[in-house]
Amino acid sequence: MNHPSASGHDTPAGHGDDALHVHQGSLRGYLTGFVLAAILTVIPFWLVMGHVLSSPWLTISIVLLFAIAQILVHIIYFLHLDVHSEDGWNMLAFIFTIVLVVIVLGASIWVMYNENTNMMPMSPQYHHHTE
Amino acid sequence: MNTTAIDTAGTAPSRFICHEEPPVHNGTLLGFWIYLMSDCFIFASLFACNAVLGTNYAGGPSAAQVLDLPGLAVNTALLLISSVTFGFAMLEMARRNQRAMLGWLAVSGLLAAAFVGLEIHEFAGMIAEGAGPDRSAFLSSFFTLVGTHGLHVSVGILWLIVLMVQTGKFGLTEANIRRLRCLSMFWHFLDLVWVGVFSYVYLAGVLR
Repeated sequence: MNHPSASGHDTPAGHGDDALHVHQGSLRGYLTGFVLAAILTVIPFWLVMGHVLSSPWLTISIVLLFAIAQILVHIIYFLHLDVHSEDGWNMLAFIFTIVLVVIVLGASIWVMYNENTNMMPMSPQYHHHTE
Repeated sequence: MNTTAIDTAGTAPSRFICHEEPPVHNGTLLGFWIYLMSDCFIFASLFACNAVLGTNYAGGPSAAQVLDLPGLAVNTALLLISSVTFGFAMLEMARRNQRAMLGWLAVSGLLAAAFVGLEIHEFAGMIAEGAGPDRSAFLSSFFTLVGTHGLHVSVGILWLIVLMVQTGKFGLTEANIRRLRCLSMFWHFLDLVWVGVFSYVYLAGVLR
């Protein structure tokens, strides 16, 4: 295996441990992640609670972009995902998941939105949506 | 290491036992990662549900009327700090500093318990106001998604307590380190899902 660091050690708890220290994280990494995550949390809260922007859809778009950015921060600084972890298998599984999640979310929203707009109004309660 | 599982005669009884190093190091961690990815699908479908049903109020309260943003801010902070303190515990574990590690784990567990407590309080308040999961499709999807996340956090706390007891009893053995690493991934993963919950369900929800 391509784990030179794991071959020369036989401490009781050392097996498979040294190979992992690359994504063990550091104090600096966790604090960087925390500060970035805090900033990326405070701004969307401020945008929504302070009614900063007049357009709700613009606010929603910005909030969702901040969420994606923060999820990336969590993955890099807290979950320590990089192309080397477990010989790249973690990344492969992750990319596969992202593709499927995008399909599940995107297709559901797309299909159901069209279902809703094309459906005949059923009661006065829903009627105002079609006008 | 000279006796490998490759037995061309096919007569050895150990034919189905892998004597070689598994192809991937730390297979448990990879397996747990794949479990987390499958958990992503559960949450993705619940998010899709909320995206589709999130405005179907059925004449009941809207998201802006029932969701409590200041409470949400407190909950978000609790979970984020708990994620970082769990990271500190993992750093102490790497230094084989068991007492400090258990201390940080306890802090993480208490923060997560406060998170679950606040969430239960919020749910109870909503149900008391008549905004329970049976009121509208929006509230059904809301309670299912947020409740599933809360259930994950609760199970995580239970797992944390079990591992703290095990580590206290048997020390930082290889098995315990592996278990703690899995729990660490689980813990950070739940904070990651919460980013989606507070951004999409709450912040975007009150504006829709």
